[in-house]
Amino acid sequence: MRALMEGSEAIAEAAIAAGCRFFAGYPMTPFTELLESFAKRLPEEDGACINAESEIEAIGMAWGAAATGARAATGSTGQGLSLMQESMSEITRAEIPIVVFNMARGQGDYFQATRGGGHGDYRHIVLAPIDVTEAVDLTQLAFHLADRWRHPVLVYGDYLLAHTAEAVSVSPATFDEALPEKDWAVDGSLGGSGRSRNLNPIGMQKGTKGIDPDSFWRRLQEKQDAIEAAEQRFEAEHVDGAELLVVAFGTMARFARYVVRELREEGVPVGYFRPVSLWPFPSRALAEAASGARRVACLEQNAGQMIDDVRLAVLGSAPVVSIGGISTDAAGFGIGPLLDPAVVRERIEAALAGREVDGVLGGAIA
Amino acid sequence: MKIDTSSPPERAARKTGDFASALQLTTDHDLCPGCGEPVALRALLDAVESLGLAQRAIGVVGIGCYTALTSLIDLDLVQALHGRAPSVATGAKRMRPDTLLFTLQGDGDMVNEGLQEVIHTAARGENLTCVLLNNGVFGETGGHMTATTVLGQRTKNSLEGRDASYHGHPILIGDLLARLGGTGYVARGSVHDAAGVARTRRYFERAFESQMRGEGFSFVEVLTMCPTGWFVPTREGPGYLDEVLGSVHVTGELKVDGRLVGA
Repeated sequence: MRALMEGSEAIAEAAIAAGCRFFAGYPMTPFTELLESFAKRLPEEDGACINAESEIEAIGMAWGAAATGARAATGSTGQGLSLMQESMSEITRAEIPIVVFNMARGQGDYFQATRGGGHGDYRHIVLAPIDVTEAVDLTQLAFHLADRWRHPVLVYGDYLLAHTAEAVSVSPATFDEALPEKDWAVDGSLGGSGRSRNLNPIGMQKGTKGIDPDSFWRRLQEKQDAIEAAEQRFEAEHVDGAELLVVAFGTMARFARYVVRELREEGVPVGYFRPVSLWPFPSRALAEAASGARRVACLEQNAGQMIDDVRLAVLGSAPVVSIGGISTDAAGFGIGPLLDPAVVRERIEAALAGREVDGVLGGAIA
Repeated sequence: MKIDTSSPPERAARKTGDFASALQLTTDHDLCPGCGEPVALRALLDAVESLGLAQRAIGVVGIGCYTALTSLIDLDLVQALHGRAPSVATGAKRMRPDTLLFTLQGDGDMVNEGLQEVIHTAARGENLTCVLLNNGVFGETGGHMTATTVLGQRTKNSLEGRDASYHGHPILIGDLLARLGGTGYVARGSVHDAAGVARTRRYFERAFESQMRGEGFSFVEVLTMCPTGWFVPTREGPGYLDEVLGSVHVTGELKVDGRLVGA
């Protein structure tokens, strides 16, 4: 049944539909409503939502819950995610499937999300929904992929996604691949059997002293290579005949897609490409989409972060320019002048004509 | 007294192999001779075993010398970050309320890096047991001052002894936690002599029983020898513990059945 829900509310419902029974968080705008939604709903589902004393403890709690095999999540805003990075790194290496939501203040956390974000040598899966409807799907996919790969999955949202109400329907999703048994999860049952478990991020094994870092790292790297090959997701429109390909993710893609459709109806040769998975980045598909374009334009709400991945994907086959920029409201949230189809249209037209655009959109929205 | 290192000792130092618990996979470990941590671990494992909880126990382990012992503990374990075991244990216990959930942490881990974790976990009344192996130094890094280092104690970064006016005062964590509303049982034991080991094992049993009755947060602190980190000869470790640490971190039960002892 369709109901009008804010993004935060819909994401919590989707997580619960996916079987999430544990959440821990610490309030921070614009993540707060997601915490509120879980706090209201999880006790009704025999789950638990804990008001953690900080983001560091919040992710620790989700780590422990997930270690027992439960579907568990946490989240925050970019700054809070910074506090969680030490755990994100360890959880990735301990191969514990959790879902982390970043209701970011804009798109400035792209590097934090896609480069691992913490110490050590790892990446985690990142999904960036364009709207509330897709957030419902990608939230459920996030739990599925986390369990499939025993790997953390980050869902990258923002102020607009968290606070926009849309009519959505939330029901449990089904996936083709069967999930592996969670025989690694700790439940205490194997104590004294000689086969007890150790969910360990540095590769320590029961019964043997020390670690074997080489084989441990090699195995993790092979898994990440497999994820990179299997989980690239994207959306593309009007690529054929496009002289300019506009690349954007999340909220900015919603504006880019709208303007590209509008321009195409007027016969302007522009195309649209959106990475749905930010890691793994859909490099193969982007290279193909950009193969006929004279120019590629990145529309992102930051000083230029995803543009690095776009350049690596296109590998010099076309010049890549930035048409986005830093754009916030007076409070520093990513609700700035760039979120305006007229501004986006002007920038796309400028890129098509080969003109430069300003990287900072000064001043807040009146 | 100077330690003579010019020739090997007559006998190898005894390892836990001489005293293995049924829940130890192996008796082999790399901790120093005279270390109190394997002794405390054995008391803990014996308590789990004696209460018949071996098939229901989950341990969450911090980072310190004792981390190396996880390879020989035959219980389900989760390795946490330095200081973060109480939160990880919280999430695990909330999803598995029927298990015996304990943390294993050192003083650097619990009282330095993760102080707010253990305090909030206790105040929330999480129904789990936090275990502190307290030797008053960062043993793994080689004997540095922690938040429980007592006044006057020499460490590698308080060479002339801990000076209150310069380094501040030690935190008596057991006493602090006992005063919080969420705690049901708090005790401080020691493994410097046989009587202390026996008492410590009993404290573990009482804490675990309290947890299985659902009485909220329980806490067992164990004073352990670290002759290497204290820069004393191995044989002097137990005496140093008793005199230097034991006179400040006083052993005994601090809270039983949710009531402060002696109050």
